[in-house]
Amino acid sequence: MMSGSVVDNTVSSGNSSAAIPTDISGQILDLDEDDDLEVFSKDTTLTDGSSFNASMQTSPASMINQYKFEEDADTKDIFVTVDNPESHVTAIETYITYRVMTKTTRSEFDSSEFEVRRRYQDFLWLKGRLEEAHPTLIAHPLPEKFVVKGMVERFNEDFIETRRRALHRFLNKIAEHPIFSSSEDFKIFLTAASGELTSHKKQGPGFLSRMGDTVKAVAAAVRGVRNRPQEFTEMQEYVEAFSQKISSLDKVTQRIVREQKEYLEELKECGPTYALWSQSEEELAEPLKNVAGCVDRCCKETEEQVKNLSDHLIPVLHEYVLCADTLKMRNDLDKAEDRLEWANNALKSDWTRWQKVMRTDLRSAFVDTAERNVSYYEKCLAVWESFLHSQRTDAEGNGKVDFS
Amino acid sequence: MADSGSEDIAVIGNTDLTPLESENNLKNTMVEKGTSLLKKMEISVAEAEKRTGKNAVNMQETYTVYLIETRPVDAASEGTNPVLDSLWKRYSEFELLRNYLLVTYPFAVVPPLPEKRAEFVWHKLSADNMDPDFVERRRVGLENFLLRVASHPVLSSDKIFYLFLTEENGWKETVFETGFQAKADSRLKALNATFRVKNPDKRFAEMKHYGDELQSVISQLLRVRARAADRLYGVYKVHGNYGRVFSEWSAIEKEMGDGLQSAGHHMDAYAASVDDILEEEEHYADQLKEYLFYADALRTVCRKHELTQYELEMAVQDLTSKKQQREELATGTIRTFSLKGMTSKLFGQETPEQREAKLKMLETQIEEGEEQVKERNAECDEFVKSAWVDIERFKEQKDHDLRESLISYAIMQISMCKKGIQVWNNAKECFNKM
Repeated sequence: MMSGSVVDNTVSSGNSSAAIPTDISGQILDLDEDDDLEVFSKDTTLTDGSSFNASMQTSPASMINQYKFEEDADTKDIFVTVDNPESHVTAIETYITYRVMTKTTRSEFDSSEFEVRRRYQDFLWLKGRLEEAHPTLIAHPLPEKFVVKGMVERFNEDFIETRRRALHRFLNKIAEHPIFSSSEDFKIFLTAASGELTSHKKQGPGFLSRMGDTVKAVAAAVRGVRNRPQEFTEMQEYVEAFSQKISSLDKVTQRIVREQKEYLEELKECGPTYALWSQSEEELAEPLKNVAGCVDRCCKETEEQVKNLSDHLIPVLHEYVLCADTLKMRNDLDKAEDRLEWANNALKSDWTRWQKVMRTDLRSAFVDTAERNVSYYEKCLAVWESFLHSQRTDAEGNGKVDFS
Repeated sequence: MADSGSEDIAVIGNTDLTPLESENNLKNTMVEKGTSLLKKMEISVAEAEKRTGKNAVNMQETYTVYLIETRPVDAASEGTNPVLDSLWKRYSEFELLRNYLLVTYPFAVVPPLPEKRAEFVWHKLSADNMDPDFVERRRVGLENFLLRVASHPVLSSDKIFYLFLTEENGWKETVFETGFQAKADSRLKALNATFRVKNPDKRFAEMKHYGDELQSVISQLLRVRARAADRLYGVYKVHGNYGRVFSEWSAIEKEMGDGLQSAGHHMDAYAASVDDILEEEEHYADQLKEYLFYADALRTVCRKHELTQYELEMAVQDLTSKKQQREELATGTIRTFSLKGMTSKLFGQETPEQREAKLKMLETQIEEGEEQVKERNAECDEFVKSAWVDIERFKEQKDHDLRESLISYAIMQISMCKKGIQVWNNAKECFNKM
């Protein structure tokens, strides 16, 4: 599979909208060749479950570093939101900007509240800068530039909303990261007026956004020292396996969405059929119309459930697919080099930190999904119970049926 | 019984009603109607068995037989009563019985048999007649048929029906001895011919139209439902993949492992639950199918009425023309064109003796004709009366039964939702432990 993010080198020239990648088919997960998507059988031949232990070496220095990187939720001193997408039209192009609001108590900031508008290019730039400055650290992925499958338009409401959420997550991940959040580029991103940002962008060295360049930078930074190879191997193997699993989950979820949509298509015909039937009936007309209404309402709930999966679970899974790809890439190239030594404990701490964040993210994504499913079934339950209730009161009213 | 709704719902019936209980409700309703037959005996189709034997052309064939059991109704004793009679019958014998009833009681909306071949199936369900699930559903359908006939005010007292329940050998011969086959053949021919009634009875025309609509809409509903069932199956089963992947993933995780593993089990349970759900829905589909076929029976009655009406009109027409001929002969005027009239004009009149003979013949024919018209009139009236009574009875039964079916459908949906809530709540707990 190709690396996740589509990179656009023409960012600085300002016509980023023009270049549509001709072949991103590798990027769109191919759901038809589901070799590993067995519908009926479960793979019982699991590996012997050797757990990959990313435990720290217990040298004093590393312990101090670890402590520094512990996320302390109580002392969160910066809050960032991304919202309010707006469309801008110029002579050359049309693009969307998002409002980025910051509230902070940090002393490095001149004020405690900031509000700026940023476009996707700007986020890309920020990511590139952070990766350049800290090639060994793990940065959260950005939503892709363009999604072709399903003909999602750039200015489609759903697409914009999904992207907004992803950009919000991205910035928050930066803000929560002990090292990234103290980056000067990050501060400028959050606070500078558009003109200021543009000139700042021009100042720095070229935007090294190519994956290959970044990875080479990583290798260069850590080449030559060989200690603790075993940990590295463990991390490599973990990343490889994790990447597989998260990709599978992404695929499975997309398949579920597909099946749900097809189910919805059929279900949509049921209600009208009951309604049609009610037109030929006398006594039965009312219960039939009632059932038609119930089926229609369940359709609406199903529609919403499908949307929820697409809007909430899938983007998160997809981000971690991209993450895993990035991690794999780094590791792959390093394999060719000498064994990687975590030159500074920052890398290992970051790795541990990343795992924690991953765990939190995925846990809450799945919990959220489960909650939404429960809510879906509860709503449908209420629909059918109201039907039963109506039939009971009806029947008793007519004195027809004895429910004893 | 756990309910998340109002307590009122509890009274409408256990929302945990199984299909078996639903069926029992229907049976009890039929028994309560209390025909004299059902007051005497309990009827059931208890088992089905495969047999092989030689058929009419001496070839080996495999077929299924169904065990009909009858028990005396004894209000005093509880538990199982001694079996009065038990005998094995094939599907074809049921068909024979039904055909006999159709011919003998043309005004009755005769209960339908379960389908001969599985139709409106969704993919997992087998369309094979020998498939055990199909055979089982057919067994239930045949029992239902017998109970319907046994609870019918007119059909239940038929002798042949009684013999069907009590005589294993020789029943077929007895049926054929009634000579119904000949009647059936001629009726069939007449019904299939195209004829037009001059003064159609509005009520019957409307009924026939209703029968058409009912047939069409239930077919559509069954088709749509089968497709939706197919899709729903896919949705549930794909969740089984979550189970597998969670399990594999848990193997490489330290802290998340347990939560993932147990969540995976719940996903497997979720995927597996669809089998029961759809099996229950199949019962609902069977109930709809019964009325799909009932619609056809209804249309048949209307058609037979048309035939009776038509035959009456034909008899009247015939009589009228004969009377006219008599008049012409008597007065010598020819008002209607006839070839005979023309030829006699051309080739000379008949002799007075010939005319006399003709007149006499006509008189006899007119007498017979008037008898026939009287008979047919009576037949028609009788038919209309009896048919309309049975149609009213059928309407009430249909409204009651289908309403019950819709209720049981709602109950099924509720059960499905409850299961879903349970599974996803369990999964959520596991996810929280991730």
